[in-house]
Amino acid sequence: MDAIHRKYLRMDKLPHIWCPGCGNGIIMGSFIRAIDRLGYDQDSVAAVSGIGCSGRITGYMDFNTLHTTHGRALAFATGLKMAKPGLKVFVFMGDGDATAIGGNHLIHACRRNIDMTAIIFNNHIYGMTGGQYSPTTPRDAYATTAPYGTMDPHFDIAKLCVGAGASYVARGTSYHAKMLTDLIVEGAEHKGFSVIEIITHCPVNFGRRNELETPVDMLLWQKDHALRMAKAAKMTDDELKDRFVIGRIHRADIPEYVEEYDRLIEMVRKGDTDRG
Amino acid sequence: MSKRIGMEIALAAAEAVALCKPDVVAAYPITPNTHIPEHLSDIVAEGRIDTDFICVESEHSALSACCGASGAGARAFTATSSQGLLYMAEIVPVVPSMRLPIVMAIGNRAVSGPINIWNDHSDIMSQRDSGWISLFAADGQETIDMMIQAFKIAEHRDVMLPVNVNLDGFQLTHVVEPMMLPDQKEVDRFLPAYKPYAALHPDNIVSMGALGMPDIFNEAAMAKDQALINSKKVILEVWKEWEEQFGRKYEPIGAYRMKGAEVALLTLGSMGDTAEVAVDELRDKGVKAGLLKMKLWRPFPVEELIKAVKGLTSLAVIDRSAPFGGACGPVCAEVKAVLYDQKERPAITNHIIGLGGRDIVVGDFVKIVEQAISAQKKKPKEAYEIYGVRGS
Ligand SMILES: Cc1ncc(C[n+]2csc(CCOP(=O)(O)OP(=O)(O)O)c2C)c(N)n1
Ligand code: SF4
Repeated sequence: MDAIHRKYLRMDKLPHIWCPGCGNGIIMGSFIRAIDRLGYDQDSVAAVSGIGCSGRITGYMDFNTLHTTHGRALAFATGLKMAKPGLKVFVFMGDGDATAIGGNHLIHACRRNIDMTAIIFNNHIYGMTGGQYSPTTPRDAYATTAPYGTMDPHFDIAKLCVGAGASYVARGTSYHAKMLTDLIVEGAEHKGFSVIEIITHCPVNFGRRNELETPVDMLLWQKDHALRMAKAAKMTDDELKDRFVIGRIHRADIPEYVEEYDRLIEMVRKGDTDRG
Repeated sequence: MSKRIGMEIALAAAEAVALCKPDVVAAYPITPNTHIPEHLSDIVAEGRIDTDFICVESEHSALSACCGASGAGARAFTATSSQGLLYMAEIVPVVPSMRLPIVMAIGNRAVSGPINIWNDHSDIMSQRDSGWISLFAADGQETIDMMIQAFKIAEHRDVMLPVNVNLDGFQLTHVVEPMMLPDQKEVDRFLPAYKPYAALHPDNIVSMGALGMPDIFNEAAMAKDQALINSKKVILEVWKEWEEQFGRKYEPIGAYRMKGAEVALLTLGSMGDTAEVAVDELRDKGVKAGLLKMKLWRPFPVEELIKAVKGLTSLAVIDRSAPFGGACGPVCAEVKAVLYDQKERPAITNHIIGLGGRDIVVGDFVKIVEQAISAQKKKPKEAYEIYGVRGS
């Protein structure tokens, strides 16, 4: 392990609990390199996570860390950011964490456009509890709770977040690790609520059941199915079937919640409450 | 005819629920109960039961969906553990108020924090006063039996209340034991088809979950309380029927070597089996020890407790959840409240053990009994002890 990674990891907490071949380690690596590139002081970063395999990430990284309950990471983080706006807040969640049990908080964080970066590990399954289907499991994919394939329609996390009002939305993968670092850097630098959806691989609870026998098969699947925005724009709907877009999907310059809040207080203090 | 099986207890619990043919199962996974609904989903997928299995997005939705289903007259089942039960908590007290006979299995696990996935009883104790009937299984066989009994008790016209069946996480959920699994014919004979008292139906309009103003709230609470207290009669009847049909006896407080006992342990759940071995060892040494294994937690078996402790000089009450600043653990609080009015009662000690999966071995119970005996002469300074804390 090189010096950059050592610097940001709690070496005494390793080895981690993730299965061999899991995508979570790649994401942690990309994140660490992004923080290093951003040049943030470690003590100015707050990493908040929910519960799941992905949620364990806050145990391993040496920042201010807050490991919360299943689904509530964004609500905890909202309180944290309001109380300490100076902190750079990153919120790590699984797809179940962010869109099933915590889906409510996700759409409200998007709507508020509060300045933090949500990093969603979308492995299309509940990894930690043994492979039950989640709101992002593709239709017809197999899961312990879907022996004949999932029949529920699934969420497109990036689209959902754009719709709910997030001002920066990007999608990366655990295969395109370098691009992922770029996207995290861009999301962090963006003022407002940034969402980085990461298509990642859970070989143990998703791949094995879905004809992607090895972690390599899963990574190759990502490589073959991911499309850059520019390329996708030139393709027909038919050609785009079963493919997904990666890169920056949406960016808007809209007022940020904490700043708006402070502005309102300032305004009221000055007695300037006429909103015209 | 019942069949002898060797199976993980969580799977056996699911098999028992399947024999009751629920119309709706709604669940969200959480360790260590997960294998129960997961195995039920397999059974549904195999076409062995005609059940709607709903993979909801949280426990809050699981119990809500069960309420909706039960309100429409369906037999509904769910299962959870720990934080899952806490997340359900908004709905938990609503179910008995609506008199919906939902059955829930709880694979007992410590609540956060620190985050812990192992067993204790802090999850169910947080919902102690929610108005559900609460049963505790001590082993795999009791788990199977109670799952089936639960539907009959819940749906009895004189009860119409939800029942939770508690089985210790890992110690029971993940252990393989030999058990007798009744067959469909036997269960059909024991458990009649569910006939709802009132069901939401477009042709027969009813209103459930209505607002209760202060002028009615006391009465509603009293009704809920009475329904729960009165359910004991039915529970005893159902257990009698079970014994007649299956030959296995159930009592609110089971007794082990209580004849002539002077000191006894009182346990809930799977600890009882370990405590039995401790009692045997103590008896071999000439200590007149016995064991009370509580199976019915709500409604609290008041008369049975009074009877059970007759003749005891010491009673060690074991709690598997901490009261945090309270007078004593939840089980002990009940025991003391019941025995306070009794002219003769044993000296009571309270031991909080096995928190968050901390192992409890035979020797621990032996030590606790010894402590209980000495407490009779010299009252301990504290009303309860958190047993086995390192460095204390
Ligand atoms: C209230 C509550 N319900 C259920 C759980 C159990 N649980 C832990 S992680 C998890 C889902 C994990 O899936 P995901 O969020 O997609 O994360 P992954 O493990 O795949 O990274 C569940 C259901 C819990 N901890 N708390
Ligand atoms: S279960 Fe899946 S997501 Fe969890 S550590 Fe293993 S491979 Fe990774």
